[in-house]
Amino acid sequence: MTIRVFVPRDTAAVSVGADRVAAAISAEAERRGAAVEIVRNGSRGLLWLEPLVEVETTAGRVAYGPVVPRDVSSLFEAGWLEGGAHAMRLGPTEEIVWLREQTRLTFARLGLEDPLDLAAYERLGGLVALRCALDLDSRAIIAEIEASGLRGRGGAAFPAHIKWRTVAEQPAGQKYVCCNADEGDSGTFADRMLMEGDPFALLEGMVISGLATGADAGFIYIRSEYPAAIATMSEAVRRFTAAGWLGADVGGSGRRFSVEIRRGAGAYICGEESAMLESLEGKRGTVRAKPPIPAIAGLFGRPTLVHNVLSLGTVPWIIAHGGVAYAAHGSGRSRGTQAFQLGGNVRRGGLVELPFGASIDRLVNGFGGGTASGRPFRTAQLGGPLGAYVDAAMLGLPMDYEALAAAGAMLGHGGIVVFDDSVDMAKMAKFAFEFCAHESCGKCTPCRIGSVRGAETVGEIIAGRDVAANLALVEDLCEVMTDASLCAMGGLTPMPVRSAIRLFGEDFADRLHGETV
Amino acid sequence: MATPQSTTDTGLAIAACALHGNRPTALLEVLHEIRARRGGIDESDLRAVAGALNLSRAEVYGVVSFYGDLRVPAGDPALEVRVCLAEACRSRGAAELAAELEQHGVVVAPVYCLGNCALAPAVVQDGVVHGRADAASVLARIAGVPA
Ligand SMILES: Cc1cc2nc3c(=O)[nH]c(=O)nc-3n(C[C@H](O)[C@H](O)[C@H](O)COP(=O)(O)O)c2cc1C
Ligand code: SF4
Ligand code: FES
Repeated sequence: MTIRVFVPRDTAAVSVGADRVAAAISAEAERRGAAVEIVRNGSRGLLWLEPLVEVETTAGRVAYGPVVPRDVSSLFEAGWLEGGAHAMRLGPTEEIVWLREQTRLTFARLGLEDPLDLAAYERLGGLVALRCALDLDSRAIIAEIEASGLRGRGGAAFPAHIKWRTVAEQPAGQKYVCCNADEGDSGTFADRMLMEGDPFALLEGMVISGLATGADAGFIYIRSEYPAAIATMSEAVRRFTAAGWLGADVGGSGRRFSVEIRRGAGAYICGEESAMLESLEGKRGTVRAKPPIPAIAGLFGRPTLVHNVLSLGTVPWIIAHGGVAYAAHGSGRSRGTQAFQLGGNVRRGGLVELPFGASIDRLVNGFGGGTASGRPFRTAQLGGPLGAYVDAAMLGLPMDYEALAAAGAMLGHGGIVVFDDSVDMAKMAKFAFEFCAHESCGKCTPCRIGSVRGAETVGEIIAGRDVAANLALVEDLCEVMTDASLCAMGGLTPMPVRSAIRLFGEDFADRLHGETV
Repeated sequence: MATPQSTTDTGLAIAACALHGNRPTALLEVLHEIRARRGGIDESDLRAVAGALNLSRAEVYGVVSFYGDLRVPAGDPALEVRVCLAEACRSRGAAELAAELEQHGVVVAPVYCLGNCALAPAVVQDGVVHGRADAASVLARIAGVPA
């Protein structure tokens, strides 16, 4: 009997050698005459254990990791094809505590099968929602989204159903769905993992959103830094089209929906929705003034539903299980689950999907196991480069939009970047300004000029010159940027800067010897 | 800027535009294509693309100069190392890694997040993302010795 062995194809797994491991397994199996079929699945999200290889035994899937090519022979020797004992054996995959304690809804299928195997997708619950949506009218679909309490996962957390309803209510004519897959925030990779690991779910969500809003054309704007996601999504579009789930006659319903993949070109600001629309039109990615909102006048001036990958990727679960079932998870006004992403200096980094409301501590120390370096924890940055730093005293805070906002922080796209006590927070503040200067679209002065002045001024502080006066100047710059920037690039850059100064003032004040950077 | 030198060969630019139906909205894809094939975008490309897509040269130039990927000429992919210098990678010494590589004469191009933040620091060599990078492994790959 042929035994299936799963070796992830996810970029993170490949970045630590999964391709070489797959080749070694296939060579060793051939040498031994063992009947093995290698399946390149998506990653399970336990990234610190990659390459995590699973063997499908008669008693279920057993995990081994992290596997390196030179261990492969000893794994066969240990009888791993029957789940044999080995130093690297992690046990039945489903029983690994790190995975078992999660609530995988958006990522329910992550890592289970070859992501481009459409038959496997259906076997694992795919297309249930789309078939169901084809029998519902627009109002009924939007009512489910409303009942779910789904809020945009791209960062702004705006209630999804309001945008859907606005687009649906615009007069008939060309409308679009634009999926924002620009995922530029440091510390985030959930969009990438969904696109590489369950691409049909995103397409299914897009088609359903098109049915509900009357849009018949979709675009997925993927950053160029994600070549594997671009390739996987492109192939998924071809297969979905060939199977009749995209095109002129979606699922034989007579309804039309098409999807085009577009790639970005190395500009963080193109994650801001109006800059993304400009870029999709083939132009410079400059931010548009609002109003009008994209739901009324978006791509090519037409009504456009703009959503993050995770927002659209969660739609099939909601429609298949009902909005109420989704809303049963979560805390306060943050309903459902969030895919938290643990990165940076953390021992057990990866993808952790949990209901909103989990504490930072549970994520950083529970799932994360503290720092990777073994040195004491000092800070974590939540919600990407525009998000706040938190200190150890704040670890009890729940990860919920309102609770974090009340504490001067933000959840953003769910990234959590951990730092140990060797971090120099003045340098991180300087980097926040530099990143803003580098990525500013240039449309407004507070952002374009303020960020450059900010980086220079923090540089002065690091050099130990006029620290008090320069700190006051930084505060002034932050105030102007917060109040007068057109978008959150300039408007939120003060968030990491101010939180660093407020919580770790000693890194700014104690520059007795000065340093040049 | 992305104008190494002007050539008179506009065949590539014109073909790239045609491939995308000469639609002005496909400008980014067209420019990606030219850059991938030739390593950079020069003055004659700007004019050829402008002509084929019915745009002004200034519009095409404006787009090239806006985007990080298009602005800089592509380096030799075998020699250039892209080092992620965003926060998660910094928390694991990415800035120090970049400095160390430069000391070894490596051409370092910054990139801001590769979506591999759980396995930081991350680098790209020859189009492939590598996690938990250190100078020794990067230099070994440049030398063609697999780590
Ligand atoms: C500077 C900046 C960068 C952004 N980057 C992204 C991004 O990479 N991905 C994303 O989905 N949203 C990003 N956003 C938020 C989008 O503007 C927009 O709110 C979102 O795509 C809407 O989708 P949602 O309702 O599903 O969240 C960014 C916003 C700003 C101001
Ligand atoms: S805040 Fe910065 S990025 Fe946003 S519109 Fe102004 S200049 Fe552009
Ligand atoms: S911050 Fe370096 S890969 Fe994300």
